[in-house]
Amino acid sequence: MIETFKPEDIINIRKDFPIFNNFDKLNGKKLIYLDSAATSQKPSVVIDALHSFYSKSNANVHRGIYTLSEEATIKYEEAHKKVAGFINAKSFREIVFVRNTTEAINLVAYSWGRKNIGKGDVIILSQMEHHSNIVPWQLLAREKGAVIKYTEIDDKGKLRIDKLENHLKEKVKLVAITQMSNVLGTINPVKEITSMAHKAGATVLIDGAQGVPHEPTDVQDIGCDFYAFSGHKMLGPTGIGVLYGKKELLNDMPPFLGGGDMIKSVSFEEARWNDLPWKFEAGTPAIAEGIALGSAIDYLKSLGMAKVKNYEKELAIYAMDKLRDVDSIEIYGPPAGERGGIISFNLKDVHPHDVASVLSSENIAIRAGHHCAQPLHDRLGVTASSRASFYIYNTIDEIDALVNGLKKARKIYG
Amino acid sequence: MDEELYKENILDHYKNPRNYGEIENPDISYFDTNPLCGDELQLQIKVKDGKADDVKFKGKGCSISQASASMLTEMIQGKDMEEIKKIGKKEILDAVGLQLGPSRIKCALLSLKVLKAGAYGLKTEDEDEE
Ligand SMILES: Cc1ncc(COP(=O)(O)O)c(C=O)c1O
Repeated sequence: MIETFKPEDIINIRKDFPIFNNFDKLNGKKLIYLDSAATSQKPSVVIDALHSFYSKSNANVHRGIYTLSEEATIKYEEAHKKVAGFINAKSFREIVFVRNTTEAINLVAYSWGRKNIGKGDVIILSQMEHHSNIVPWQLLAREKGAVIKYTEIDDKGKLRIDKLENHLKEKVKLVAITQMSNVLGTINPVKEITSMAHKAGATVLIDGAQGVPHEPTDVQDIGCDFYAFSGHKMLGPTGIGVLYGKKELLNDMPPFLGGGDMIKSVSFEEARWNDLPWKFEAGTPAIAEGIALGSAIDYLKSLGMAKVKNYEKELAIYAMDKLRDVDSIEIYGPPAGERGGIISFNLKDVHPHDVASVLSSENIAIRAGHHCAQPLHDRLGVTASSRASFYIYNTIDEIDALVNGLKKARKIYG
Repeated sequence: MDEELYKENILDHYKNPRNYGEIENPDISYFDTNPLCGDELQLQIKVKDGKADDVKFKGKGCSISQASASMLTEMIQGKDMEEIKKIGKKEILDAVGLQLGPSRIKCALLSLKVLKAGAYGLKTEDEDEE
């Protein structure tokens, strides 16, 4: 039997999210939030964790020897352990807290990249990457004279493994690929990609921004060297994200930022680096946010990630079917059943901004634009698209409302 | 006018754009885009005796960007170039008439950006970075 949520489970889940009860109802219409790929809503346990830290435990970490500071330190380190457990890292030492996916990838580009990438080396990305998994590599490539190859996608929005294989024959140092496309909903076979890349001698980074929040994730099983994700897309606060890196690699890398907390000792001449992961966490970190990310993980674990994955898939299948009722709609990406809970589309001859505005008047929140994936939109031959994305609190009824809203837009714009 | 009438007015300009097309040998011609959403706009003016004798625009994009361009051409047609240079944000946003969020304000003001750049013969700094 496929594990999933029943309608009554979703009713209960929704009760955990204050925004669905508090939001100022627009013309009596309740909020339909279909933009979780941009950022998820937050359950009370996460909001309470922030409040509770500041009202009961606030102190800086790794510095004080008074009780409050020691408690804060323990809680903050605990949060690293929760993350490690959640993605099955070998140790919390492989878990570096950063601000978001973007910072995690930049950390790897600046620290690992500058040390390991040289002139003529090849970096393989894909055509479906988010700007945050493109621009840091472009900066690095420009600095080092390295070459970037973008693995092509087919017309269904799936990665061309045969093309990847070809690119891997070159002098490849790094393969950096997203687990799930934030536009197409394509789920990439990251384990297979990692193994192919390793055989070719390349290091592998997986952009897990749309991965961890939506499916059970095991970094050891994937086998990747680095894995990056954002807390705010998985029910956690903004300002906290994670870089997972294999210990051997992190140990071998120079620090990214220099300052307090990342050193063992400093003299006027030099500094000795602190243990992992603190070596990469210079300065006062996002303590409350890190702890609250731990609470988000507890919450997701209690729901069960397999259920999360299956439920989102059901929503996607339902939505793909219903969206076909809308006249002249073009949907990008793989067929229903082979994608996650992200659907991008265009109504022929209606600009996505206008689509989003009509939906906004119904209090339905979707995204319109290029979703930080301009090269992908070039590949699709459009400048922008509309995107609906789902999470655990969305319902079949909300998808029906989306479809009705799109029909209304169709009517208004002809 | 209330919100609904403004919306209808915008839709009308969007579906039946005024002064749409191109001018042969324009005195002023300028093209710009809103990279974020892919709105594109070209504005051309034929100047005679210091006045905008003929005005045409061409473009593609969302209803706000195209309708505001259409409205702008009506606004400046036959006007003195010195007067035209005085047109500012307020005039455009008043004509559009809707409460716009920050990203859609950019759509509405693309026409003004193109007009200013064209009329002054130089690309102005993004004025709306407030
Ligand atoms: C696939 C993917 N990668 C990277 C990011 C960047 O995440 P953040 O803005 O939290 O750094 C996002 C989110 O926008 C994303 O969807």
